[in-house]
Amino acid sequence: MTAADLVAAPRRRNYSSQSIVTRVVIYGLLGFFAIIYLVPLIVMVMTSLKPLDEVTGGNMFALPKSLTFAPWTRAWGEAAIGVSDTAGISGYFMNSIKMVVPAVVISTLLGALNGYVLTKWRFPGHKLVFGMMLFACFIPFQSVIIPMAVILGLLGQIGNQLIDTFGFSFGFGNPTVNLVLCHVVYGLGFTTLFFRNYYEAFPTELVKAAMIDGASFFQIFRRVLLPNSTPIIIVTVIYQFTNIWNDFLFGSTFAAGDQSPMTVALNNLVNTSTGVVEYNVNMAAAIIAAAPTLFVYVVAGRYFVRGLMAGAVKG
Amino acid sequence: MAVTTVSGAVTDRGRRITLRTRLQGLVPKLVLAPSFLLVLIFVYGFNLWTVFLSFTNSRAFTSTKLIGFANYEKLWTWTFESDPPSSWYTAIVNIGIFGGLYIVFCLALGLTLAILLDQKIRGEGILRPIYLYPLALSFIVTGTAWKLFLDPGIGLEKAVHDWGWTSFKFDWVVNPRMMIYCVAIAGIWQTSGFVMAMFLAGLRGVDGEILKAAQIDGASTYATYRRIVIPIMRPVFLSAIIVLAHMAIKSYDLVLSVTGKNPGGAAELPSTFMYSYTFTRNQMGVGSTSAVIMLMTIAAIMIPYLYSELREKRQ
Repeated sequence: MTAADLVAAPRRRNYSSQSIVTRVVIYGLLGFFAIIYLVPLIVMVMTSLKPLDEVTGGNMFALPKSLTFAPWTRAWGEAAIGVSDTAGISGYFMNSIKMVVPAVVISTLLGALNGYVLTKWRFPGHKLVFGMMLFACFIPFQSVIIPMAVILGLLGQIGNQLIDTFGFSFGFGNPTVNLVLCHVVYGLGFTTLFFRNYYEAFPTELVKAAMIDGASFFQIFRRVLLPNSTPIIIVTVIYQFTNIWNDFLFGSTFAAGDQSPMTVALNNLVNTSTGVVEYNVNMAAAIIAAAPTLFVYVVAGRYFVRGLMAGAVKG
Repeated sequence: MAVTTVSGAVTDRGRRITLRTRLQGLVPKLVLAPSFLLVLIFVYGFNLWTVFLSFTNSRAFTSTKLIGFANYEKLWTWTFESDPPSSWYTAIVNIGIFGGLYIVFCLALGLTLAILLDQKIRGEGILRPIYLYPLALSFIVTGTAWKLFLDPGIGLEKAVHDWGWTSFKFDWVVNPRMMIYCVAIAGIWQTSGFVMAMFLAGLRGVDGEILKAAQIDGASTYATYRRIVIPIMRPVFLSAIIVLAHMAIKSYDLVLSVTGKNPGGAAELPSTFMYSYTFTRNQMGVGSTSAVIMLMTIAAIMIPYLYSELREKRQ
């Protein structure tokens, strides 16, 4: 975590004074790369604001001659997604929100509790438990997807039985519930890692003092640790939000048709083989799909980078 | 546990209190247990299940009929079946090309940008987020953008033709033999900023005194980096390579979105091979075998790394 703080607070350093030529080359290279990184986004935005004939007939780097917002409204409410009946991506956008919010809340809360236990209430073998949970972060989902499909199929059958008996499935077999389960289970490793590393540095004396005062396990968690956890909660929420929102593998495997999350709908829209390819509508949809995570990045970029670094370098 | 010693007072009610404190001592384990159980079942149990399936003749549905190493033998012979290439052969070649380019270019670009940014740059606060923002996008969005950008009909090739260079040809994204390189380009664009952030954190962590000493000794900037800074950052290289390697093996959605659902399996990777054999070609046994191979590869990379990281922390 300290590593990321260093990125945010550059320490100025004295190198032997560089010549003007060197400075020009440095700024030139940095500017050149900045353009390379920005161009795909700029082209996307410009394409989404052009009428289709201008996209197919014109230069993609040219500014829109006749500015139009029609592709955006089409992408949001009208465009045909694959073979499903729902028009536009708005419904899928909501699907993603319904999946992301509970998954982020549950996995973050569990991660916080796990981190608390693994640092302040240690027991023999806590290191092994943590190591096992940590490895869970890195498994390829291909190696769990078949058993997951079998289990979710079983849950679906239970759901059907419940509908027959009670007229209500209690969430069994619901694609959104299934995806929340997937993302909570496979996100636990990361959330636990974040909180464990954060609480590791939290003064144990404070916890001990609270114990002597007779505070219980949960009281200490709520009154002592949680009020001091705001930064790591932000990091974890952003990390989980980005990962779950951007997931494609689980979404495309376990949710079909109208129940798909945003990324799956976008992929279906872009790869529809029927009719004319509406590049401008595709790009508008892609920007809408990227908007929530980009917004989070713009607003809280510092925490965003911190989460990534913690997930990669650990500590 | 600390609680026991604190409140385990010897009174008449002593026995009841010790029972209560014993129960309280159990609370942390009870809190951690559900998460650990979920990980045990959904990660380790499911992985074992997939390993089991790789020894069965499962087709469209899971089967329990064991057939020994037949699936592994099949993949082994396919690994060398290059005329006509089996899709597993293509997947192996492609992961070599993609993974190699992805790791090398991300490292090179990331290090270059980090060193350039570390030269007391004005406007670092603007440049850094520009290099990093692609990370916030989902691979599906990235793929959609690059597919349009590289499309010879409306993208880069067309634009260069419009500018007057009419013999310019760049049709990789629709050329089955070159598609995988486009996937690599999009992947590098997405992840190199992250590697830059890792290196930048590493650079900012280098002790300024060492650099001052080098400067006094008359070392040039180049020599300082080449002989002092980069060797100090060896652990960052290791972390970056491991993170990139495991991301390359897991890459799945990027291939589908850049190539438009991987036509003809031209850009096959082990991840897409696993998916198509399991869910569309009804050869689940072979699919789970390829999943096991992916898992083993990642485990071989991650476990020694995680082990050393966790051990270092104790010291």
